[in-house]
Amino acid sequence: MRPHPSFPSPIAHPSPGRGDATTQKTLLLRGRGFPLSRLGGVRWERGPGGEVRAVGLLLLLFLLPLPARAADRIVIGSKNFEESRLLAEMFAQLLEARTGLAVERRLGLAGTQVCFEALKTGSIDVYPEYTGTGLVSILNEKAAGDATATLRRVRAEFLSRWDLWWLAPLGFENSWEIAVPQELAEREKLRTISDLARISGRLRGGFGHEFVGREDGLLGLERTYGLRFASVQPLQQALQYQAAGDRRIDAMDAYTTDARLLRYHLVVLDDDKHFFPPYDAAPLVRGATLARHPEVGTVLGLLAGAFDEDRMRALNFRLQEKGESEAVVARDALRELGLINKVETAPEEARPASGLLATFWAERRAIGRRTLEHLTLSALALALGILVSIPLGLLLERTRRGAETVIRLLGLFQTVPSLALLAFFVPFLGIGIVPALAALWLYALFPMVRNTYTGVRDADPRAVEAATALGMTPGQVLRLVRLPLAAPVILAGIRTAAVITVGTATLAAFIGAGGLGEPIVTGLQLANTNLILSGAIPAAALALLVDGALGWVERALRPAGLEIRR
Amino acid sequence: MPAPALETTAVSKTYPDGTAALADVSLAVAAGETVALVGESGSGKTTLLRMFNRMAEPTSGTVRVEGLPVAEADPFALRRRIGYVPQDGGLLPHWRVQKNVELVPRLLGWDAMRRRERAREMLELVGLSAAVHAGRYPAELSGGQRQRVAFARALAADPPILLLDEPFGALDTLTRHELHRQFLDLRARLPKTMVLVTHDLGEAFRLADRIGVMRRGRLLQLGPAEELRERPADPYVRELLE
Repeated sequence: MRPHPSFPSPIAHPSPGRGDATTQKTLLLRGRGFPLSRLGGVRWERGPGGEVRAVGLLLLLFLLPLPARAADRIVIGSKNFEESRLLAEMFAQLLEARTGLAVERRLGLAGTQVCFEALKTGSIDVYPEYTGTGLVSILNEKAAGDATATLRRVRAEFLSRWDLWWLAPLGFENSWEIAVPQELAEREKLRTISDLARISGRLRGGFGHEFVGREDGLLGLERTYGLRFASVQPLQQALQYQAAGDRRIDAMDAYTTDARLLRYHLVVLDDDKHFFPPYDAAPLVRGATLARHPEVGTVLGLLAGAFDEDRMRALNFRLQEKGESEAVVARDALRELGLINKVETAPEEARPASGLLATFWAERRAIGRRTLEHLTLSALALALGILVSIPLGLLLERTRRGAETVIRLLGLFQTVPSLALLAFFVPFLGIGIVPALAALWLYALFPMVRNTYTGVRDADPRAVEAATALGMTPGQVLRLVRLPLAAPVILAGIRTAAVITVGTATLAAFIGAGGLGEPIVTGLQLANTNLILSGAIPAAALALLVDGALGWVERALRPAGLEIRR
Repeated sequence: MPAPALETTAVSKTYPDGTAALADVSLAVAAGETVALVGESGSGKTTLLRMFNRMAEPTSGTVRVEGLPVAEADPFALRRRIGYVPQDGGLLPHWRVQKNVELVPRLLGWDAMRRRERAREMLELVGLSAAVHAGRYPAELSGGQRQRVAFARALAADPPILLLDEPFGALDTLTRHELHRQFLDLRARLPKTMVLVTHDLGEAFRLADRIGVMRRGRLLQLGPAEELRERPADPYVRELLE
């Protein structure tokens, strides 16, 4: 095992004066969210058991439920791939076993940007990060120097810029590698990436979405080695291996510790020009959290140097190939290290990947909880959307000037990919249901504003004219004539928005908002089809149900006289 | 001599683009009198009609209703005292006939009992059966029935003045004649001041005391049928009557 730069004892940091100020600020912030859970019987709280209770939906409409966070709660995040989830799960179990802190998991957040913003804004307290990613993706610096120099660099910068702390590295490196099918490597005598560059014009690349767009990913790699692939296809990580195994792609990005390299008979090529920086895994923690709970640093420090690449690959193998849950694998790993000994009750997430029905049965409680989360999130976003879009539609109809422009602008949001819109709010609103609500809300506005506007504008002009001429005030005309006549059109807009919202809400899991997207996201990361379906099927059913229910409301509220045709 | 029920003095209306909808129109309608305004489409007859209930405002000149300038009146109170029947009835499609007829009494805050009584009375007055028709929606009625309901609605609050904008225009000939007959019958029983806009000269002759001929925003002549026939003040009027 490679020696690692030692981390100064976390207990000694940060300095007391600074720590106090931060603590106070944090407590003030934290204090805001909590009492909401007491008001009006409303609870949106993910306890250690992962339970969510949402009671009093109606009251929720008026109380924007900030994620409730008690002061002694530690939120652990992870990125959306197995190893990150596993490390985060280990952090969580270790903290649960060794401290009295309540631990909340926000695993599978959509990539580095979302995780880092969530950490900066305090939505999460800690997540596993890699030094190379910190250097290149977050600091936007060029790779330079060895592991020690890289760690020193990110430590200094993260501390001074954001009061974020890199704890002692965990002992293994998970660098980016370029992998090719073994058969291809042997036939073409490929040993290094330079060898690959020779024949890249004949090859098809299949790379992760993040890798394709990153300067420390494909962009820089192509420049450094003069790579020119015949085609480059962005793929979900889990699909890359299958594609490479089936020889539908010839080269892909992979991680050092990925167990699937073995299963799909892939070999990694030597990075002979040292393009990829060292990627040492380490916990990245908020200074404010360490000041408040120094034991977090101490306990996570126990993992320093605990894993090498082989051990990590073995653990990843259990996740990736055996379909074991990260909760089980993390528990075994910690016990093997002698860091926990108590045998805990089987975690809820333990999922034996057998048939679809078995998965549904095993997941039934989780499915129920997620459906409730999903419904609550969608209903809230829709309700907030209705509160804004109907008055806005009426206002636009009244002023007319600029109405088309405003509606077209709202329509523009519809063209933003949902995931991008969700991620857009993370820097301002952190992660969880608040940014998800914001994005879903914005998505829901367009059909409702447009339909309110056109519905009221086009309401039977002869009836409106007569009602006015007989002495109705504009308010009476609106209330008694135009709104009732526009009701079917407005409701059709609400119905469209509701279906969009329920569908898009599955993506909210990417920013930690829970819901039925959660098993979809996890399933995608674990290439577990049954798990994906355990989210996708209820989500589709929910969308159909909502559509049907609103269709019924639409017919019920349609003014009676409009139905009759002689 | 009492003030005319309806009166315009040198009323003009010019649109921002310079077209004149009305040019210097002065007329007076005595209480209880029926005046028909005839002319081609775009002659300004509907615009003139809409001046009386402030559905249109003049650019210059004065419009008076029962001696008072409408510009000083509250438009909603004014409109509730003036009955109005448009060409297509303008019934609210989502309200039953009963409720449609009750519209102005509702706005005036009559209690429910009085409203209902009144609505039934009005329906019978215009030749509909309250028992049969009161519970129907406008879409369940024929065109002629809808116009009758529109008349019932205009009369419900017993306004002294009725403004009729081609009320028989969209009906077939037989229905129109039937409604003409009933109109005259009604007129004999209810002393209302009425302005009737029509493009049908025969209708104007049959239903009105005096006829105003309009062309390009001007009132060319206003008088009883014989006067128009015998002493046309304008070649257009003569041509029209031949």
